[in-house]
Order: sequence, then C-alpha cells, then structure tokens
Amino acid sequence: MTTLSAPPMPSFTHRASRWISRNLIRIYAGVAFVYLFIPVAYTFAFSFNDSGKSNLVWQGFTLDNWKNPCGAPQVCSAVANSIQIGVLSTVIATILGTMIAFALGRHKFRGRTSTNLLIFLPMATPEVVLGASLLAMFLNLGVNPGFWTIVISHVMFCISFVVVTVKARIASLDPRLEQAAMDLYANEKDTFRYVTLPLVMPGIAGAALLAFSLSFDDFIITNFNSGIETTFPKFVYVSAARGIPAEANVIGSAMFFIALFIVVIGQVVARQRKKS
Amino acid sequence: MAFLHGATRTHSGPRSGIKSRSITPYLLLAPGMIWLITFFIIPIFSLASTSTMVRPEGAQIGTYVQELRFQNYVDAFVANQEQYVRSFVYAGIATLLALAIAFPLAYTIAFKAGKYRNVLLVLVVAPFFTSFLLRTVAWTQILGDDGPIVSTLKLLPFFDDSLRLTATPFAVVSGLTYNFLPFMTLPLYASLERIDPRTLEAAGDLYANGFTTFKKVTVPLAMPGIVAGTLLTFIPAAGDYINATLLGNPSTKMIGNVIESRFFAVVDYPTAAALSFTLMATILIVVTLYIRKSGTDELV
Amino acid sequence: MANSKVSQDTGDLVLNRVSKFYGDFCAVDDLSLTVPDGSFFALLGPSGCGKTTTLRMIAGLEEPSQGTIHIGDNDITTQKPYRRNVNTVFQNYALFPHLTIFENIAFGLRRRGIKDVKTEVENALNLVELGHLAERKPGQLSGGQQQRIAVARAIVNRPEVLLLDEPLGALDLKLRRQMQIELKRIQMEVGITFIHVTHDQEEAMTMADTIAVMNQGKIEQMGSATELYEAPKTAFVANFLGQCNLIKAKVQSRAAGKAVVTAKGHTFEVPLSRVSTDSDSVLLGVRPEKLRLDDQGINSIKDCVVTDRSFVGTSTQYLVRTPWDLELVVFEQNDEGLHDLHVGDKVSLEWDAEHTFALDGAQDINAGADLEDEE
Repeated sequence: MTTLSAPPMPSFTHRASRWISRNLIRIYAGVAFVYLFIPVAYTFAFSFNDSGKSNLVWQGFTLDNWKNPCGAPQVCSAVANSIQIGVLSTVIATILGTMIAFALGRHKFRGRTSTNLLIFLPMATPEVVLGASLLAMFLNLGVNPGFWTIVISHVMFCISFVVVTVKARIASLDPRLEQAAMDLYANEKDTFRYVTLPLVMPGIAGAALLAFSLSFDDFIITNFNSGIETTFPKFVYVSAARGIPAEANVIGSAMFFIALFIVVIGQVVARQRKKS
Repeated sequence: MAFLHGATRTHSGPRSGIKSRSITPYLLLAPGMIWLITFFIIPIFSLASTSTMVRPEGAQIGTYVQELRFQNYVDAFVANQEQYVRSFVYAGIATLLALAIAFPLAYTIAFKAGKYRNVLLVLVVAPFFTSFLLRTVAWTQILGDDGPIVSTLKLLPFFDDSLRLTATPFAVVSGLTYNFLPFMTLPLYASLERIDPRTLEAAGDLYANGFTTFKKVTVPLAMPGIVAGTLLTFIPAAGDYINATLLGNPSTKMIGNVIESRFFAVVDYPTAAALSFTLMATILIVVTLYIRKSGTDELV
Repeated sequence: MANSKVSQDTGDLVLNRVSKFYGDFCAVDDLSLTVPDGSFFALLGPSGCGKTTTLRMIAGLEEPSQGTIHIGDNDITTQKPYRRNVNTVFQNYALFPHLTIFENIAFGLRRRGIKDVKTEVENALNLVELGHLAERKPGQLSGGQQQRIAVARAIVNRPEVLLLDEPLGALDLKLRRQMQIELKRIQMEVGITFIHVTHDQEEAMTMADTIAVMNQGKIEQMGSATELYEAPKTAFVANFLGQCNLIKAKVQSRAAGKAVVTAKGHTFEVPLSRVSTDSDSVLLGVRPEKLRLDDQGINSIKDCVVTDRSFVGTSTQYLVRTPWDLELVVFEQNDEGLHDLHVGDKVSLEWDAEHTFALDGAQDINAGADLEDEE
C-alpha cells in the first residue's frame, strides 16, 4: 500500500475520466441507440412469452407463438390485409410518383412551382388532417370506407415520398451520361431504356420500399378511412387496452428481421458490386 | 464573368440532352396530380365545407346541412383550446428533445463512425421496421405501473408507491420524442455528412475552441438538416394522438384525440372538421414563418 | 491494323457563321471554321471562351442560334446527336457505370444494329491496349484506363469526326503526357478528324496540326503551333501561348521591307511581314527567350536593372526593368556564356529584328495574360 502500488489508483481514475471525456459523444450516441432499441428488444422478448390471453407480464418462455403466429384470432387476417394494401398502394404510388419525378427532373414545363407545392403539402400536413379530410369527402359523397378507401388514402400520402426519393436520384445523375448515349446513336427512347432507367432504378426500388413500409405501418389515416376493415396496426391499437397477443409480437419481430435482412443484403450486394 | 457562365451551363440538368416543350411532361404529371387533387385537395375543400355545416334540429345523428356557420370555428376553438395549445407545447418540447438526442447521434455517425457508418445508419432506421404501434405499446408496458422501471424505482427510498410513469405528460412527450427521432436523425446526418471535416479543423486552426467551432461552423452548415428534421418531427407530433392515447391520461389529450373522438365517438363532423382545418392552417403558418426565418428553401 | 483504318474520306467539317446565344449572353459569336478531313485540330482558349459550346454544337448537344454546320456536303446543323456520324469523348468520360467495359464500347454499335459487335469491340479494345478489361465495370478502372475506354467507345463507331472535350483534364501531369502521345498515335492509325478542346496551350501545341485560339466566342487566330507562337496576330494570342513581352510603340516609317518604330526614345526595327496592322500605334512583341543580355543589336535597350531572378533548371528567368519602368521577362539558357546576374545589377537588352513582331496598338496589352488555369 505504501510504495509500489500507490500510483496506479489515481492514475486509473484519471485515465478513465480522460477516456470518458474524449469519448463522451460516442457514449452519448451509444445510449441513444440503446434508447432506440429498448422497445424493439422488449417486443422481441415478449414474443416468447407464454402469455395465454394477456401479454402484459412475463409468464415463461415458449416457442409456441413463433410456431403458430396465426394462433390469435384475427392477427393473420389483419396482416394479410396490410400486405395486400401495402403491395397495391406501393405499386400505384411508385408508378405515379416516378412519372412525376421524371417530369420534374427531366422536363421543362409551366406550372413547376405549383406541382412542387402540391407534392410538398401532403408531407407538411398532419396525418390526422389527411385522414379526416378524406373521410369528410367520402362521407359527403356517401362512400362507405373499406379496403379500397384505404388503398386510395395510402397511395395519396405515399406519392410525395416516392417523388422526393426518385427525384433526388434523377438529380444526382450526370447529364453527360444521357448525352453520351445520344452521342452513341441512342434515340430518346433508347437513351431512357438503356441508360436513364437502369441508373434511376435503385432510387425507384428505394422509393418502393419506403412506400411499402409507410403503408404497412400507417395507423392514423387508415383508422379514419377503413370502416370495419382491419389492418395490422389497427389490430394492435384496438387490442392494446387488454394487452396485445404475443403472436402480434411475433409478426412485428419477424417484420423487423425481414426488413433488416433486405437492407443488409442490399448493402452487401452494393458493396460487392463495387469491389469485384 | 463569362467563363463562369460557360462552365456551369453546359452541365446543368434539364437544359441539355432531352429537351421538351411538348405535352410529355403533362402526360407524366397527369395521373399522379389527378390523384393528389382528387384525394388531397378536394378533401381539404370538403373538410372546409363540412366545417361550417350544422345539424338540423331533430335530424338523425350524422346528418348535416351546409349553413356557412363560421361560428363553428369559434365554438370548436373555445371548447378545445386547452388541447390545442397542449398539442403545440408537447410537439415543441418533443422536437427540442429529439434534436438534443439526434444531433450528437448524427454527428457521431457522420464524423466518428469510420467504417461502421453504414451499419450505424441502418441501426438508426431499423427500429422503424417494427410497427410504430407495437413499439408504443411496448413503451406503455415498459413504463407501466407493473413494468420493470417503475418497480425498480419504487425500491429506492425517494419514491413512494404512488409513483407512475405512464398516464403522465412525461410519458406522452417521451413517446413523441421516441417515435419521431429517426425523422430528426436522418436529415441531420445528411447535412452533417456533407461537411468537409477540414472546415472544422480550419476553424480550430483559426483559434476557435470546440464550442465556438460548433456554434460558428458546424451548426450553420447543418442548418438545412436542422430545419428539415425539426419540421419532420414537429408536424406529425402536433397531429399525433396515438401517444396521448396509449401513454397519457384524460388531462394529456391532444388535438388529434379530440378530432378523432369528434369524428367517431361523438359523430360531430363539423367540429372535427373545423379543428382539423385550424390545425392545418396553424401548422402551415408556423412552417412558413419558420422556413422564412431560417432562410432555407430547399426542403423538398 | 488495317481493320482499324476507319476514315471514310467524307470531307471537311465546315462551320459557317455560327452563333450561340444564351439569353443575352453570346457564347459563340459569328464563328466560321474549316477543319480539313483527317486533321488533328485543337480549339484552345480559357474557360468560357466558347470552345466547349462550339464542340457541343458539332456534337448536336446544342443547336446553333445562327449559322450552319456541314460535314462535306451534308448539313448537320439541326440533326439529332444520334443521327450524326460524330462521336464525343466527354470530359470525365461519362462511361455508363452500370455497364461493363465491353457493353460500354458495344453501346453505339448495338444502337446502330450492327451484327458483329464482338470483333469490333475487341479491335477497339486492342487499339487502346486494354483488351483484358472487357468484363470490368468503369468504376474499377483507373482514370487513365477510363480515358482510353472513352476513346475506344467513340472510335469503334468509325465517326467522321471525333470530338474530345478536355479529355486529359482529370489526369495527373505524367499520365497526361503519356496520353497525349497515345492519342496522337491513335489518330494517325485511324485517320479520323480529331477536334480537341483544351485550355492547356502546351497540350494543344504538342498534339494538334492546327490550333484555333478562341476568346470571347471568336477565333483570335488559327494556324500551326509554330505560327501562333512565333507570329501571333493579337495580344491575346501572344500572351495566352507562352509568355510575351509587349511594348507600346509608334511606327515612324515603313520602307524597304521593314518598319521603324520608337518607344520612349528608343528606336526598334521590325520586318514589315511581321507587322499585322496598318495603324501607327503598335504593340511591339518579343518572346522572353529571344532577348539577350547584351547591347550589340539594332533593337536594344540600355540602362536596365535586374529586379528578380529565378532558376528553373534549363534556364534562368530574369525580370528586367527598363528605364521607363516597364518590366520585361528574359529567359537565358543555362549553358556557357551564362551571365549570372543578381537583383540590382545594371544590364542591357538586345534582340534580333526578325524575332520582333508588331500588333495593333489599340488592344489591351494584358489580354490573355494571367488567366487562371483552372479545371
């Protein structure tokens, strides 16, 4: 205690505090990541809960929920609905949005400012207003909300996001590539088909993924325009009061891993393409 | 000077290559624009129209006729001003909190992550992949009265048994902060990433300390991201009612809750419409002022 | 190699009174130009002089506001870029990043519906000596390799005219020298008309048979590198190509094949053939390496002072101030007879009459000097 071992103690705390102050921002970011993932981890953990009816407290570990995710009534039909709606809305919104993005990115025309405004407004409007106004119109027209009104509303709010994503990709294209194609005997149609479209494709694919996830996850607008039709988020909301069934956690966690898988694969493919 | 001209013009977008003053752009625009006009613009007018309707005496519930009763707006606002103001206060606090959490996060990813940059970016987006509602429900259970946090805190001497985290303004604001955090982080990252780290070094070289560099160089350069991020957080947060429903109590209701219940529980369409319309108008005004003030036009 | 001889002897490229306006800005101003078939032609000028716009009009990427462009008898003024037999090597190459090198080169052939793509592409790849890279993507190639592929992609189509837009701008100095030689070799081999746009006077001089110096949308002077350097016709050309000493002077007499001019009490002689103006007010020009630090000649200035000296290897460069405070540049070869002067030394300057030229005195004496060498 007296001679040899005395110095390390203060030096250790000193070093530790220096390490902390130098890495403060990294530590902070680490905590933020933990915060982001707590509910995801919780949802995943409770997908293994042997919960019976209410999934509020931990009852014990089981794989049953994963083996039979359709076990709880309505879960799977809600998911199936959400997927159908998601796919339909994605296809329509991606086509319409990509067309607008090309008009904005590759053509001169009158009314560009109002077009941009019309694209921007739905993104600057709270969902509750989007949902309420569409419902107000359907009610005034005497339309009964259901599957198709959901699709209509989802396409409406996805278009803007598709336009913005695809437009960004088009804007980042070097115009000389298209000029080079025309210089090399490709007419307008061939230039679009062999050069422009393949180069914009990653942007379109990204926009489609974004549209699908927005549609699949939407609750507020859906809730206003769904009538008696159920979607997965709506199912979760309705059953939240008495604790959602563990099967819903299974679906949510599975979605998480599928999406993560797609993104990781996409990144790996992109990197390999660069390398090889 | 002339030579600046030549250099920029030859590379600028639509000018060169495929030119068109034909009807092609209109054909490309038409389907999407018709969709937006039919299912966004017309509904807004429909909403405006509904907002001044009145239920005739003795008529069935849900039946309204147009009487241009603008008093509806006054009535709706007076009856719900508390929730109305609360929505903006909660959304404002949540936006500031999200900014405080997201800025260091985005900064770390942009400047400190090295080769893990892409991995961290995926991690920021990844929570999105689990349903928004499931995550919020998870928070209600984590913060719940029987949940792990409250039970742990109750063991400590300075909390008594009445301690609650859910059904409080704290829970609602945390929920809002949490939900829109990625909307704040991604645009922030996008503009931080564009900053050349050498400009930060240059600031240090020119006698700016860490804080001054941050204030005078980093923040101004990140401004487009800050503006986009705060808007992407504030707008949906102000209109949200899920967090208030799941994490709050009757005294934390936001305007979204009122609109929803006026539509579905009370079937009072004119009030719901008037409130929606006021909310949208307020947000548009706030957004316009904010964009003007921050001097950033390139949002879309 | 016979296979890659692709010139079709279709005729000269002729630009007739071509102008291009962008709003009020005139990028190319009433330009007329004939590029002989099979020549290596350079458009040289500072950025913004209109050379790239001219090139793009020949390529069909811009349409002239006025005037016509012909190849032989064929009017191509308003022809779409994909309809004219002209190909471009773009600045930064513009290789298609999603296609392999093979497909990049095959692009033009496929669009024209040519059957035997494979042989043609292989020949083109061999011409640029990169046959082994066919299956790579452009992103995996070095700058120099991409540059050659861009040339191959254009040349494989056997165009009547090949346009090169600052093709070497993105390469480092050593590679640039190498590619200059390489491009010249390719041009000789295929015999196509090359039009090379550059702001680098050295590049233009080493490569081209004929150089057109452009400034503010007009051609200042056209000729071989030697003509332009030894007998510039304008102050811009004198200053833009290499360095030049210009002295304001007055013509006193024109007789017996020479003009006698005076400046600040000094008398100089210029061969009449080298006087490019009828005006009496002239700019007297002489290149720095033609000046000698002696006082023997007919053209000489005494009582000068050395104000700066820098050693640049093959030569020593002096700045010398004349009695009337004009600074002249002198290059002295580093061989025997070196003067080894220092700042402050008194010195005299002299030069031969046949190295002197006289330009119109109404011009800006600094035109074309000190233009920033960017891009």
